[in-house]
Amino acid sequence: MSKDFNVEQTRDAKQVPTRIAFIKGRTAARVRKEDAEMVMTFPNLVVKEIIAFEVMVILLAVLSLIIDAPLEWIANPEHTPNPAKAPWYFLGLQELLHYFPPVVGGVILPALAVMALIVIPYFKINIKREGLWKEHRRETFLTLVVAVGIVSLVLLLFKVYAMVMPTLIMTGFMLTPYFIKREHGFIAWLGHRPLSWWVMTWFVMVVVVLTAIGTLFRGPEWGWTWPWEGIY
Amino acid sequence: MKSLWQRLFASQVWRSMFRHGLPESNRTRAEAIFYNFFLHIHPTKVRKRSVKFSYTWGLGGLSFGLFIVLTVTGALLMLYYRPSVPQAYWDMKDLQYVVSSGQFLRNMHRWAAHAMVAVVFLHMLRVFYTGSYRPPKEFNWVIGVVLLVFTILLSYTGYLLPWDQLAFWGISVGTNMARAVPFGVGDNISFLLLGGNIVGENALVRFYVLHCFVLPVAATMLMGIHFWRVRKDGGV
Repeated sequence: MSKDFNVEQTRDAKQVPTRIAFIKGRTAARVRKEDAEMVMTFPNLVVKEIIAFEVMVILLAVLSLIIDAPLEWIANPEHTPNPAKAPWYFLGLQELLHYFPPVVGGVILPALAVMALIVIPYFKINIKREGLWKEHRRETFLTLVVAVGIVSLVLLLFKVYAMVMPTLIMTGFMLTPYFIKREHGFIAWLGHRPLSWWVMTWFVMVVVVLTAIGTLFRGPEWGWTWPWEGIY
Repeated sequence: MKSLWQRLFASQVWRSMFRHGLPESNRTRAEAIFYNFFLHIHPTKVRKRSVKFSYTWGLGGLSFGLFIVLTVTGALLMLYYRPSVPQAYWDMKDLQYVVSSGQFLRNMHRWAAHAMVAVVFLHMLRVFYTGSYRPPKEFNWVIGVVLLVFTILLSYTGYLLPWDQLAFWGISVGTNMARAVPFGVGDNISFLLLGGNIVGENALVRFYVLHCFVLPVAATMLMGIHFWRVRKDGGV
């Protein structure tokens, strides 16, 4: 691992006790240029915190006055609702279970997702966050096409169109700066997005799409229903 | 009138509680932070950039705020709730129709719980997109991911407590997912969680203990470490 910065000292440290650090690349936040204008925490931050908390409590109270928490009939193991749904934040997972065998959809994929989140800060590429197309453009292009191809094929094999769509849309955006070079504007901005940004944005898109489908578009026998036909 | 206030703030009793005067100078403003148990997690000065609302959207603070709302409403709900079958469900009905503001209390708890799952997730996204997981904050990111998992578990264990159809089948679906862990491990996890093979009274008691004691205490500890590390790593 190469060092991120060098420290040099003048020969006569007693006379000129100045240390100079040469920062070679974008690294940790702590070696960022000190651009900081400071303000007193009280009142600048504390007042904001109090206002934010109070606004939140007011919104919650208003919501609680308008909408009642659901309470169905007493639990009855004899009577299975159709469909039986988990709380909304698990409906993405439940949707995965619809496509994949239980071990894959219920265990391996969620475990991989949590593990992938945990290891993010331990990879140099996620620390440097250089634009995907900054260097090795050709190799990046080939790797990307092969990787997306394999993922899409596996997803198509299991008929997970709900994940194929976001994957292909993301890939389209990823490839745009490779084919169309722009100095300014949206495409240039896309070109500066690092790999970690693309992967996370893809992950969020998949989570949102799967959760939305599980919540709004799934009815009896986990079949497709439109929201206006009833939300189960 | 004004002199009365001034005499109050200067009195020995007041000064024994708050050791500084009114925050009128930068010195007393700093003292308002570091002489205060609740505020001393903050530095006395912060970067102007990091208190800009559009930088953090206050999502971390709001997650903690929701946790406070949930603790208060949860403690009040505990007064009216017995984790037994079928009493748990009748206590829900009492909250709806007998207890003053019982329905409101339950609504607050329910919507704050849903909001907390969403807000904690959004907080994670904010931290990711601003690159705030970079050294030296790597491990705090890990704690944050664990806190996200804890938030979901807290919400999920609470989901069973009303003991209605929604609760029963929501938990059945989830624990069936856990059964899919291979080599018999899943069955053991599920048995341990439910205290049996199906969702019954044992499961209700276990989820109650997890929801009201084990998980909140563990989450509180982790939050303490999380905030402390934010501060130590140069944040607010």
